[in-house]
Amino acid sequence: MAAKTYQAGVKDYAKTNWTPDYVPLDTDLLAVFKVVAQPGVPREEAAAAVAAESSTGTWTTVWTDLLTDLEYYKGRAYRIEPVPGDANAFYAFVAYPLDLFEEGSVVNVLTSLVGNVFGFKAVRSLRLEDLRFPLAYVKTCGGPPNGIQVERDRLNKYGRPLLGCTIKPKLGLSAKNYGRAVYEALRGGLDFTKDDENVNSQPFMRWQHRFEFVMEAVKKAEAETGERKGHYLNVTAPTPEEMYKRAEFAKQLGAPIIMHDFLTAGFTANTGLANWCRENGMLLHVHRAMHAVIDRNPMHGIHFRVLAKCLRLSGGDHLHAGTVVGKLEGDREATLGWIDIMREPFVQENRRRGIFFDQDWGSMPGMFPVASGGIHVWHIPALVTIFGDDSVLQFGGGTLGHPWGNAAGAHANRVALEACVEARNQGRPVEREGREILSEAAKHSPELAVAMEIWKEVKFEFDVVDKLDMAKH
Amino acid sequence: MPEMMAYPPTRRRTETFSYLPQMTPEKVAKQIAYIIARGWNPAIEHTEPEKSFSNYWYLWKLPFFGTQSVEQVMAELEACHRANPGHHVRLIAYDNFAQSQGLAFVVYRAGGR
Repeated sequence: MAAKTYQAGVKDYAKTNWTPDYVPLDTDLLAVFKVVAQPGVPREEAAAAVAAESSTGTWTTVWTDLLTDLEYYKGRAYRIEPVPGDANAFYAFVAYPLDLFEEGSVVNVLTSLVGNVFGFKAVRSLRLEDLRFPLAYVKTCGGPPNGIQVERDRLNKYGRPLLGCTIKPKLGLSAKNYGRAVYEALRGGLDFTKDDENVNSQPFMRWQHRFEFVMEAVKKAEAETGERKGHYLNVTAPTPEEMYKRAEFAKQLGAPIIMHDFLTAGFTANTGLANWCRENGMLLHVHRAMHAVIDRNPMHGIHFRVLAKCLRLSGGDHLHAGTVVGKLEGDREATLGWIDIMREPFVQENRRRGIFFDQDWGSMPGMFPVASGGIHVWHIPALVTIFGDDSVLQFGGGTLGHPWGNAAGAHANRVALEACVEARNQGRPVEREGREILSEAAKHSPELAVAMEIWKEVKFEFDVVDKLDMAKH
Repeated sequence: MPEMMAYPPTRRRTETFSYLPQMTPEKVAKQIAYIIARGWNPAIEHTEPEKSFSNYWYLWKLPFFGTQSVEQVMAELEACHRANPGHHVRLIAYDNFAQSQGLAFVVYRAGGR
């Protein structure tokens, strides 16, 4: 093969990085971007530019390009598809060779794929819609520290979704009063309570004091009910050193589970904490503050299914996934798509759910999707139907807002959940017969009857902003 | 809105379905039918209530691998209860693909509640 000669200047990206005949390798990392190019830029050129700028390329040719084999390292745009219902945008499929990425580092993958290219002038907007991690790469990542099956065994919870509640008001309670709210919710029948994400270590309640009072509440509720309980102690902290200090203290107090915010704290912190949890027998609940900044705009940013995939690789046992039915954004089919991504060992391409690639997770454990935000007893039939057993349903206001207090609120949710699970197992269509099922259960539970009365009018019926791309009829 | 009720002192519970009234035999049979339809293996465990927090209860015989008979499982639950009248008796569904339990609930609660 003749050696190449060096010619300075600007080349079309399409000459090097648009390869429509390329057949992706099993070891390639695949990405699909939704692209809107600047006026006058051909689609092939824009797709190639995205592939180049997210891998080996820069805006001009440099002589040092010839000191390596860029044919081996370059990202390749290999397919373009129209976006249903949008004449301006198109999907660009890009294949990246495995050697572009450090093993076990979603940090490195994201720095390349959603780095400079998102500010690149040749594209008007850019959204990373989906990623396919090759199994060879998946195997280099730690993944969930425990996984669904181990968590069920640790906590002795089988055959039903788990129940949680975020303690409110989210800011301002003293540690002792906060512990009271935890104790009441747990003794009433919940499996978990949760620190709000905003609660770290503020002047009104320092983390040590919260951890101590909360763990007294957890242990008392466990002893009285004979059931296993936990509270997600939020160890999200200003520095990794401080985060580990809080995690160690939680372990010393006998806590079964801690909590972390993976986007505000970052993937480096999250991956380190997940490794710590694996080594220390600790469950890890992961919250997603800041996700909507990144994933809500349908034209620019990163789709949540990509964030969920990255988090499964980085490590977490629970991840917030939206509710479909509550106060926060979430389309039903799209949600079913990303909860598959969280839980299943193999996920097949399914465009109806926004899944662009087959994804093989190998033997990596799954995570519990967490449904949280504006949900109450009336939503339980739909939640059981949508999420199935391997999920955590979290009722904050829907527990603490009960007119008789937290214990009664917790009790109402637990009765409603168990009634729906029992009915589903009997073969009844729970979503359709929800009212009847809950009304029957309420005959044995005044707590549930009151909850059904107070929340009968609450609805959250706004259309979602980030919809799946569909042809308009 | 009814008058506020004080939530009573905490009662001992036994995880799944323990916030519902104790099931009638007809309802238990429906859950067994569900377990069998899912391809899970029914099994029975029992314990003294004061030891119920342990992962390991007494296993009643071996799991009923491959059984298709709701009546057989009902009869074994009753036999276990008769032999251990003061014990919790729990029905388990082993899911050998998930290497977990697809369902587990106490059918006979010690004290009968």
